[in-house]
Amino acid sequence: MTAELWRLTAHEAHEGLRDRQFTSVELTESVLARIKSVEPRVNAFITQTAELAIEQAKEADAKYEAGAATPLTGIPVGVKDLIVTKGVRTTAGSKILENFVPPYDSHVYEQLRRAGAVMVGKTNMDEFAMGSSTEHSAFGSTRNPWDLDLVPGGSSGGSAAAVAAGECLVALGSDTGGSIRQPASLCGVAGMDPTYGRVSRYGIVAFGSSLDQVGPIGRDVEDLATMLDCIGGHDERDSTSNPEPMPDLRHYLGREIEGLRVGVPKEYFMQGMEPGVTTRITETLALLEDLGAVVDRELSLPSTEHALAVYYLIAPSEASANLARYDGVKYGYSYQDGSSMWENMETTRGHGFGPEVKRRIMIGTYALSAGYYDAYYKKAQQVRTLIHQEFQEAFKRYDVLVTPTTPNVAFPVGAKLDDPYQMYLNDIHTLPAAVAGLPALSIPCGDSDGLPVGVQLIGDFFQEGKVLQAAHALERGMPWANRLPQL
Amino acid sequence: MTAVATAYETIIGLEVHTQLTTRSKMFCACSADYSGAGPNTHVCPVCLGLPGVLPVINERAIESIVMTGLALNCQIAPFSKFDRKNYPYPDLMKGYQISQYDLPVCHDGWLEITVGGEHKRVGITRVHMEEDTARLLHRVDASTGEGYTLVDVNRSGTPLMEIVSEPDMRTPAEAREYLVRLRQILRYIGVSRANMEEGNFRCDANVSLRPVDAPEYGAKVEIKNMNSFRAVHDALAFEVERQARLLNAGERIVQETRGWVDESQETVSQRTKEEASDYRYFPEPDLPPMRFNEAYLERIRERIPELPEARYRRFLELGLSDYEASTLTESRDRADYYEAVMHALNVDRQRAAKLAANWTLGSVAEWANATGNDVASIPVSAERLAELIQLAEDGTITGTVAKQVFDTMLESGRGARDIVEADGLAQVSGGDELTEIVRKVISENEKAVGDYRAGKESAVKFLVGQVMKATRGRANPQVVQELLVEELG
Ligand SMILES: [Zn+2]
Repeated sequence: MTAELWRLTAHEAHEGLRDRQFTSVELTESVLARIKSVEPRVNAFITQTAELAIEQAKEADAKYEAGAATPLTGIPVGVKDLIVTKGVRTTAGSKILENFVPPYDSHVYEQLRRAGAVMVGKTNMDEFAMGSSTEHSAFGSTRNPWDLDLVPGGSSGGSAAAVAAGECLVALGSDTGGSIRQPASLCGVAGMDPTYGRVSRYGIVAFGSSLDQVGPIGRDVEDLATMLDCIGGHDERDSTSNPEPMPDLRHYLGREIEGLRVGVPKEYFMQGMEPGVTTRITETLALLEDLGAVVDRELSLPSTEHALAVYYLIAPSEASANLARYDGVKYGYSYQDGSSMWENMETTRGHGFGPEVKRRIMIGTYALSAGYYDAYYKKAQQVRTLIHQEFQEAFKRYDVLVTPTTPNVAFPVGAKLDDPYQMYLNDIHTLPAAVAGLPALSIPCGDSDGLPVGVQLIGDFFQEGKVLQAAHALERGMPWANRLPQL
Repeated sequence: MTAVATAYETIIGLEVHTQLTTRSKMFCACSADYSGAGPNTHVCPVCLGLPGVLPVINERAIESIVMTGLALNCQIAPFSKFDRKNYPYPDLMKGYQISQYDLPVCHDGWLEITVGGEHKRVGITRVHMEEDTARLLHRVDASTGEGYTLVDVNRSGTPLMEIVSEPDMRTPAEAREYLVRLRQILRYIGVSRANMEEGNFRCDANVSLRPVDAPEYGAKVEIKNMNSFRAVHDALAFEVERQARLLNAGERIVQETRGWVDESQETVSQRTKEEASDYRYFPEPDLPPMRFNEAYLERIRERIPELPEARYRRFLELGLSDYEASTLTESRDRADYYEAVMHALNVDRQRAAKLAANWTLGSVAEWANATGNDVASIPVSAERLAELIQLAEDGTITGTVAKQVFDTMLESGRGARDIVEADGLAQVSGGDELTEIVRKVISENEKAVGDYRAGKESAVKFLVGQVMKATRGRANPQVVQELLVEELG
C-alpha cells in the first residue's frame, strides 16, 4: 500500500501514522517518489529537500513512538519559496536571490517544525509573488496538473500544483491579492488567506507589507484548519500580528450551517465570466440553501470595482521600498564588473529582477513620488478605507459572503504574458478581501469542461472559524471532493 | 559711486542627531552599545535588513524621546507613526530608513539660552525618532592605490533622535550655546551620551543672511561635517562672512549643501539643490501607529529629574555665585555630588553650601580634569568628603592638611578620620609642642630673625613658612604668627 500513500490528505495520513499503519519515512518516500515521477512535467519546486525530508521524517516517527505527535507530525509539506528557511536556499522566485541561504527561520516554518512536519521542498512562485500564473519565475513556469499546457495560477502556483499533483500533502502559500486562492481555484484544491494579522509575517520575503499573509493550501477544508491552527497566532516579532489567542479552528468543522446568513455580492458576477464558472457557483448557492443557509443574492458592494486600482497602487508602492534592499552589496546576485559602486548596484538590479518586478517597482516609485503621492498612494488608502467599511457594513447582516474565486478557469501558458492588465484581471474577485484584510478561502466546486472551478468564501475579521465551518459543510455536499488529476 | 556695505541679519537653524543610550537597538534585540566591539558583531537578521525581517519598536527609546520632548517644552503628539524614507545607499541595509515624516513624536517646544547675559528662547520645531545607518569606512588599497569601502553594521538600527530647531539663532555664539544647553539637558535626563567627538551627537546647520528688516529669508545653505562645538561655531562664522562677501559683491547665494573642512577652516560645496532627493516617504506598514495618553505622559514626566536651569536658580538661592551655580550645574553628576556633600555636612546651610561648592569646584574638579573621569566615578564618596570637610571645619586639621588627606583618600580609599589619626595629622594648636618648634625655628634662622628685628615685617612670613614646614602643615598659620611675634618680642 505504501506506493500510493501520497494520495492521502494530511488528516488521513495522520490517522495512518497514529495507528502505525505506516511510518512517516514510508509516507515521505512515497511522496518523494511521486515528485520524482511528475516533477519534470509539473515543475512545482524550485528546491527539493529530499535528504532533509527523510531526516525530519525519522524525527517525526520518533515523536509518534514517544506519543508526542500532533496532527502535522510526519506530514510532507511544500513551502513557498518566499518563506525563509534557515540553511535552505530561499529565492522568492528571483534570480537576485538565486544563491541566498538564510541564516534564520521564518515564524511559520518554525511552527511547522515544532509540529514535526516534514518539508519536501521549496515551491515555485511568481518572482516576489508578483503574478497570477507562476510564469514570472526565474526558475521556469509551473504547469497545471490538470492540463500541463495550462498555468496553475499564481503567485503560489508551485504550492497549489504540488498539492494537486500529490507532490506534498499540504503546502504553505502566501496571499497578497489572491496568490493562494486563485491558484487553489485553478488547480482544484483548497486554499485560505487568513485575516491580515492572523499569521506572523516574520521571515516572509516582503512584497506588499500591508497585504501579505501566509496561508495553507490543501486538498480539503480539514487540512486547511489543521495547518492554520499550526501557523496562526501571535508572534511578537511581527508588530502587525494579532495578540488575541488563536481559537481551535478544527472545533468549527462538521457543524451544521442551518440559518447561516450568506451574502452574494452582485458585483462579482460580471460580463465575460466563463459560463461554466457561473453554473457551478449557482449550483453551490443552491447547495447552501439545501443545507439550510439563508442566501441573499441581492447584496451590492459598489466599491468592489475599485479594489483593482487600489491594490495596484498600494502593493507596488510598498514593494518599491521592500525590494530596495536587493542591491548586490550584502547577499544574493551581485554584478561586480562595473566601474563604480552605483553602476554595480544598478546593473545588479537590472539583471537580477524580471520584467514584472521592474514594472511594479516603477509603478510604486511613481505613485510615491513628490507631487503624485496625494493623487495615487494617499487616494488609494482612502478608497481602501471605503472598501473596508463597506465589508464591515455587510458583515452586520451576513456571516459569510460567497463569490466565484476567479472569473475563468486555468488559461494556457503564455496567453496573458504580454498583457499585464488581462493578467491582473485574474485576481479581480480575490483582491477586495485582500485589500480589506479579511479572511477568505477557495474550495473546488466542480469543473468547467474538466477544469476546476473554485468558490470563494469571505468572512469577517478573525472569523476564520465561521468560514471554515461553511466551507466544510459545502465540501461534504459537493461532488468534487478530493478529486486528483491524472498525471 | 561709493560702495556701502549692507547690514545683514544672520539666520541660523540647527538639526541635531543624537543616539539614545538604550540597552538594545531601535527595532531589534541587538545590544546598542557597540563601542569597542569588533566590526559586524552587534548584528542580527533585523538590523542587517535580511529578506523577510520585521521591525519591533523599542519602547525604552520611545520613552526617551517623549522625555526629551517634555524636557524641551514640546507638545507630545497624541498620535504618531513611523514612515519609510527611501534612498539607496550602501550604509542603509533595507534601502529605506524607518523615520518619521509628518507626525513626529514631539513638536513645538523651546530651549532657553543665555549669551552675553541675555536670555533667549530658541524654538524647537520637532523631535522625531529614527534608526541610525551602518558605518562606512573608506580605505585605499596600498598596493594598487584603488579605493574601497568597508561596511560596519554595528551602528545600523541604533535609536537616533533628530532635534530640529526653529531658525531662531542670530550668531554663531548663540548656535554654540544652543548646542551646549541641548547637550546638557540630554545628559541630565540620561537619554544620550551626547558626545560630538564620539559621533553620537551630530549637528547640521542651516544658515542664511538677509538685509536687516527684510521680510523674507535669504537662500539657505546647509553645513555638514562639523565634529565639535568649536567646528560648528567656526563653520558658521566662516559661512556668515562668505555669504556677506558674496552679497556685497552683488552675487546670489546658491541654495546648497556645504561641508566644513577642519584642516583648511573653510566650507566647500557638496551638492546643490537641483540634485536634492525625493525620499518618497510613506507610512511604515510594518509598525502600528503610536498613541500617547495623559497617564503615559504623566509617568514619563515623573521620571524627569530637576533640569539644569531650575537647579541653577536653586543654587543661586543657596547663596552661591553665578559662576559657582552655573559651573556646578554643568553636569548632573557634578551637581548631584555637590548636593550630596552639602547635605552630609553638619554646619549651617549657607556655610555648607559654600564649603561643598569650594571642594566640588576645587579638589574634586581637579581630580576629574586630571584623570578625565566623571565626578560620579570619584573613589571618594560625598559622605566621606563631608567627613573630611567637617574635620577641617571644626579645627581638627588645617586646610593644608585637609588637601593632603584628600589626596591620600583618593589613593588609598581610606577614610579621613582614619588617615588623620594614623598619620598624626591633627592640628597643632598651641601649647608646648608648637612653642618648642617656634623657638627652634627662631634659633635656626638668624638672618630672618635679624631682618625682622631690623624692621622688615615680611620676614615673619618666611618664619611662619618654616614652622608650617616643620609641622607638615598641621599648625594654624594664624596661631604660628602670633607665637612668633610674641617670642621675637
Ligand atoms: Zn539587530
